[in-house]
Amino acid sequence: MAGTLDRERPLAAPEQRRGVGGWFDPRGRRMGGFAFILNRLTGIGLVLYLYLHLVVLSMLARGPDAWDQFVDIALSPPFLALDVLLLVGMLIHGLNGIRVGLIGLGLVASRQRAMFIALMTIAALVALVGALRIFGGE
Amino acid sequence: MTAPASDGRRTARFRVHRRKAGDTASRYDEFEVAVGPNTTVLDGLVEIRRDKDPSLTLRHSCFHASCGTCGMRVNGQEGLACVTKVGEAAEVTVEPMANLPIVSDLVVAMEPFYECLDPVDRPLIRNSETVPSELPDGIDAYTRYEDCIECGICLSACPIAGSDPLYVGPAAIAAAWRVVEEPRGLAAGPVVRLMDDEQAVWRCHVAWECSEACPSGVDPAGAIARMRRAAIAARARRLFGSGGGA
Repeated sequence: MAGTLDRERPLAAPEQRRGVGGWFDPRGRRMGGFAFILNRLTGIGLVLYLYLHLVVLSMLARGPDAWDQFVDIALSPPFLALDVLLLVGMLIHGLNGIRVGLIGLGLVASRQRAMFIALMTIAALVALVGALRIFGGE
Repeated sequence: MTAPASDGRRTARFRVHRRKAGDTASRYDEFEVAVGPNTTVLDGLVEIRRDKDPSLTLRHSCFHASCGTCGMRVNGQEGLACVTKVGEAAEVTVEPMANLPIVSDLVVAMEPFYECLDPVDRPLIRNSETVPSELPDGIDAYTRYEDCIECGICLSACPIAGSDPLYVGPAAIAAAWRVVEEPRGLAAGPVVRLMDDEQAVWRCHVAWECSEACPSGVDPAGAIARMRRAAIAARARRLFGSGGGA
């Protein structure tokens, strides 16, 4: 970055700051704060899923039997529920990411709350349709 | 919560953060305080200090949201204790602002906060010693950032200031944007360049808590967003050779 702040003195000692754990503390947060928490939780979830996905793909290397066995598990209701959870995470993170990008540059910043409500409503509707399709076997 | 008396007063429990210099851990003391419909948290704390525990340390002055000295967290949310009503709450947990060093009980050291403001070097330049009869068009946009009372609440509410102690914080960026927006003869370019920094505008993660928490209606998050645009524009100008100013 181009700045020359070169700040060296911290605001407070670690034990007197909220810390990274404070990112997930919902006490006293408003809508923007909840959006911030949701984005972090879903982001972490999606990163974990990426690694889980690689583990699943590695089963292909173990031959057809291992893969067929996994597919049977993947079609079980608990696993399908995880698919719905993944879809919800992707929708929240992706749509809220658009909001963060726009308001972070001052575009429609005064509408940040309305935008969050609108985008999360879209996320809920798409997740609902997705869940019906996932459990409906389409 | 006890049933309200005929005059509307009742008893609320105050859970107050306590920590003195040298203490290794914080604790919470509980006090029963008589409150009415208009009792503020500061009213309750002053009563505790006067009648129940003179060792309670708190900072306050004006009692009307002007001085910015009684910033604290009430039930987890930042606010000025002097204008935060107890309301219907049976229990009120009062803690010092986060992300700044605790001096004693509810008092935090403000020096690190003021140090964040220092690099901006906010000018207080009067064009005239008298107030003009007609204010310039669009002055409202400027006065919003002028309204900052430097209470530190935005820094306490910011989740990023809690995890990155070198972040300059929302108030400093809002102050810098005030200079850029209304430079009063100063050069705005160096200020934009100063804020075009990983410890300044690019550290913000848009939680918008600073603007929501600000008791003066300043919009630090909006200032950060505008400063980002100015920083990008200044970079583009430098890149394409049309000058280095903001």
